[in-house]
Amino acid sequence: MAPRKKTPAGATPATKTADGGATAGEAGVIGERDRVTLQKITDLAFNALAEVRRGKNPALSIPVRALSNVSFDQEAGLIRLGESRQSRNFFHLKQAKLFMQTFLIAEHCKKLIEAGATTSIRDIYYGAKHSVAGTKENTFEEQAESDPIIEDLEVTIDALREELHLRAENRGAMVGPMTIRDTGDTIDLRRMGSGGWSIPSIVEDNRIEFMKTEAEYILFIEKGAVWARLNEDRFWQKNNCMLLHGSGMAARGTRRLLRRMHEELKLPVYVLTDNDPWGFYIYSVIKQGSINLAYESMRMAVPQARFLGLMSSDAERFNLQPNVSMALKDEDSARIEQLMRYDWFAAKRWQEELALMKKTQKKYELEALSSRGIRFITEEYIPQKLRGRRGDSWLD
Amino acid sequence: MTTEALIQEPEAPKQGRRASAEAMGAKQRDISVSEFFTKNRHLLGFDNPAKALLTTIKEAVDNALDACEEAGILPTLDVTVEEVSDGRYRVRVEDNGPGIVKEQIPKIFAKLLYGSKFHRLRQSRGQQGIGISAAGMYGHLTTGRPVVVVSKIGKGRPAWRVEVRIDSRTNEPKQLNDKNDTVTWDKDHGTSVEIELMGLYRGGRTSVDAYLEQTVVANPHLELSYKPPKGPLVHFPRVSELLPPEAQEIKPHPHGVELGMLIKILHESGRKHVGQTLMEEFSRVTEAVANELCKRAGIDPNAVGSRVDAAKIEALHAAMVASNAALPPIKKFASKVARSDTNLREEVLEEGTGFSPTLADLVIRRAGLEPTLKAKLVTPMMVEKFYAALHESQVKILPPPANCIVPVGEALVMEGLRRRFKGEFFTSHTRPPAVYRGNPFVVEAGVAFGGTLSKDDSADVLRFANRVPLLYQPRACAIHEAVLKVDWKSYGLQQRKGELPVGPLAIFVHLASVWVPFTSEAKEAVAHYDEVVREIRLALMECGRKLGAWVKAQQAERWETQRKSLFEKYIVELAASIHSITKVSEESVKADFHNALPNHVRIAVAPVEGSAPAALEGAAEGAAEGAEAPTEEATSAGDSSPPPPPLRGAGRPSEMPPELSDDGDGNPFEDVTPGNKRQLVLKMRPKSGRK
Repeated sequence: MAPRKKTPAGATPATKTADGGATAGEAGVIGERDRVTLQKITDLAFNALAEVRRGKNPALSIPVRALSNVSFDQEAGLIRLGESRQSRNFFHLKQAKLFMQTFLIAEHCKKLIEAGATTSIRDIYYGAKHSVAGTKENTFEEQAESDPIIEDLEVTIDALREELHLRAENRGAMVGPMTIRDTGDTIDLRRMGSGGWSIPSIVEDNRIEFMKTEAEYILFIEKGAVWARLNEDRFWQKNNCMLLHGSGMAARGTRRLLRRMHEELKLPVYVLTDNDPWGFYIYSVIKQGSINLAYESMRMAVPQARFLGLMSSDAERFNLQPNVSMALKDEDSARIEQLMRYDWFAAKRWQEELALMKKTQKKYELEALSSRGIRFITEEYIPQKLRGRRGDSWLD
Repeated sequence: MTTEALIQEPEAPKQGRRASAEAMGAKQRDISVSEFFTKNRHLLGFDNPAKALLTTIKEAVDNALDACEEAGILPTLDVTVEEVSDGRYRVRVEDNGPGIVKEQIPKIFAKLLYGSKFHRLRQSRGQQGIGISAAGMYGHLTTGRPVVVVSKIGKGRPAWRVEVRIDSRTNEPKQLNDKNDTVTWDKDHGTSVEIELMGLYRGGRTSVDAYLEQTVVANPHLELSYKPPKGPLVHFPRVSELLPPEAQEIKPHPHGVELGMLIKILHESGRKHVGQTLMEEFSRVTEAVANELCKRAGIDPNAVGSRVDAAKIEALHAAMVASNAALPPIKKFASKVARSDTNLREEVLEEGTGFSPTLADLVIRRAGLEPTLKAKLVTPMMVEKFYAALHESQVKILPPPANCIVPVGEALVMEGLRRRFKGEFFTSHTRPPAVYRGNPFVVEAGVAFGGTLSKDDSADVLRFANRVPLLYQPRACAIHEAVLKVDWKSYGLQQRKGELPVGPLAIFVHLASVWVPFTSEAKEAVAHYDEVVREIRLALMECGRKLGAWVKAQQAERWETQRKSLFEKYIVELAASIHSITKVSEESVKADFHNALPNHVRIAVAPVEGSAPAALEGAAEGAAEGAEAPTEEATSAGDSSPPPPPLRGAGRPSEMPPELSDDGDGNPFEDVTPGNKRQLVLKMRPKSGRK
């Protein structure tokens, strides 16, 4: 069951599967979970109206999604959202438009829920985009404007993205010895060809069900190219593992799927990324959650995930030649400094790895391992890492 | 011998002198002033053809205005400039003045240094009695044509026509036509002068047009018709039916008298007593004051003036100017002295005002101290003694009477500026009378801002002396210097160091005095007397402050209007969303938001239309003195405009935490309370008030 920060009354996990979901077939029938979400949106609007009727400046109280308002829960291994909230007022030069946009998104989400439809966040951007009455100005100029508003709405009314009937584009892929049911269709993840099963944005149990698996662990790979190499070698078959990639930073769907498989199927998660601060951070997001989505850490993070590399110390360990390295750029160095200050990178081994990267001024892509041979990664690197000791071969 | 031959002997002086004293004496004779000025016409403003044309018109207009005002007649002037042939112009200036008696006409228009204004200390445009005759002389010199004057002194009287030219050798007028020539003239009284001269008509800062436009600014009671050589007739209607009060003739004030002048006055006083002479020759000297002054100087008031010795006259002079001296607060002075590396005299000259070295020494000695005493050694006790000595040396003399100076007046300066510039904001300030070299003067300044004035150019500086525009030599003028000395940046304008401010600004400065200190007889620039520069600067600063406040208020209003329209824009969208979510009618939601809007935006009350300019200024002043409610003029004058809505929720809404208010990036209205907001707005010119 998906853990929630706060479980709103009426939306208990038990009722979720039964009520939730917004498949086309259920259109017009509003379930309990949707009813709660609708009520939250309506309350938000009535509150603003009540304030303004008293001559006051209507305000939305939005939890702050920034480093200043997250804390690292050492015990749970999670990044948690703090208590501070910021006020978004309508009668404010710089907030008026944001305030209006928030209600525009809320209005569209309400319509989606009532229609029992789900759209992508790109759809809602187009749906809510129009010119502001009497001007040439648009309600939203680009999707980059509406995306954070959606997140604001999620945290403000404490509703999940799927509860707002929104999804992102599919991102990332999975193959492996497992059968799943995806919105009614049974899919054998062993027979996905070279592209794999594309991971959707919403992977809740009402849509994705895990049927049968022989997998013993999950290997998450940052890059699609390296994942393709492993898939070509049928690495998952030989090693009995689920093989995922996130096309870079893992999207919500991918993270939620990792979490569910880890939790429901009791599979350990291993992460393989480039050796650079960005790769390190992708790992940390899978493991502890992100600053921006700290309110969803609890249902997305896999605190037991392990980092297989590349580590800076792997260069020596696997005898990588200097000519396969890349020089750090200024932005890389700055990012290293930032990571070194994050509480969830405070562990000694991580500080050592970051310090080493800083000292050598070198980074390595996963593909650098191919310099040791085409199958080096599948036949030597990963098996050796999986067998090795904590702190040496892999990091927490 | 050879060497001797090489060395040329200096030529031996010729026997006898080149010219004998007798021969030289025969050549020595009076130089007629008119001969002198024929050779030095640049001194009078006839250096080049363009300037000659302007000077001619200027002198004729000045004379006409002076005559009208002296006679108590509201001036109506007709100026015609016509190009007779290439480079040859005929200038005619006609007034409705009192006219000139037949016998005086030739002398006034064709005798240099003849006039009524030189011998008295009284504010007037002309001073020496040179101008118009010089213009006539220039005209005759370049075209051979005489000055043609028509003048009539009353209804039923003949309109005499006089053709006259100056004999430049004897400085005597020569009438060319029959002495009894008359013309028929429909005017009851007035004078018309016609001069033909070689000149050049052109535009620009120093043009005839600019001069006349500016004359109109400084003379709101003047009605002027001007027919330029090219283009249609321009008519400036009268804006003020009030003739400026008649300027009173006065004597010099003791504060500004120079030692040489005092010596001259006493030496020429014959057998009169010193006290008597002081009372007769100076303004504000009563018997008591005269006795006090004599006492300070150690002179018996009954001593014969012409026999007082030089040292005593110097003491008397010191006593006269002493009461104009001032020092900073004693503690400030003491601490400044204690930190100084110079001596006591230097410090007194540096820190005090109105001190001459002689006066400083005198007072220091009177305190039992030495002027050269090292400043560091001066104890607080000594400073006290020095202050006491100054106090004892001072005789209280009233400032010069203000009735001798006739400023244009704050309201009329603004009216004049309005007649000339299509600005958005006008203000003016008249300083109290002050004194330089014993001559009282008044400075007034005004500014016009915004509207159609050019934003990218330097400020337009209009300089006036006794209501006469000064067009030439701006950089040599004390007015220009004073404008540069003002820090216009602090009033929201751009200004580079040592340059004029840049912006849609016109600056008006008028110096009115019984004797304007011009740098030359061409009367082109005001001389740099400290007192004069200081007064101009203070007047400008006052205008600047008012302008700065207005600019700031405008900015705030623009900001608020921007805010308001931003909110209004989004209310439409927001109401649609909230309606869709809540099913509350869209119109009702909109109304709710619009009702709350005024609580969160401080838009100023719209300026009241149609109030008279004078009332407007009064209202502004009333408000500036802290009136809270709109003044009567403001509320009653505009019956068509609705009463200003009450400004509710003045401050930022209290429920809003301060850190969430509009960011501090230049939001200028934090300190604008509704009260002073209204004041600032009231100073705005009504948009369609005057016709």
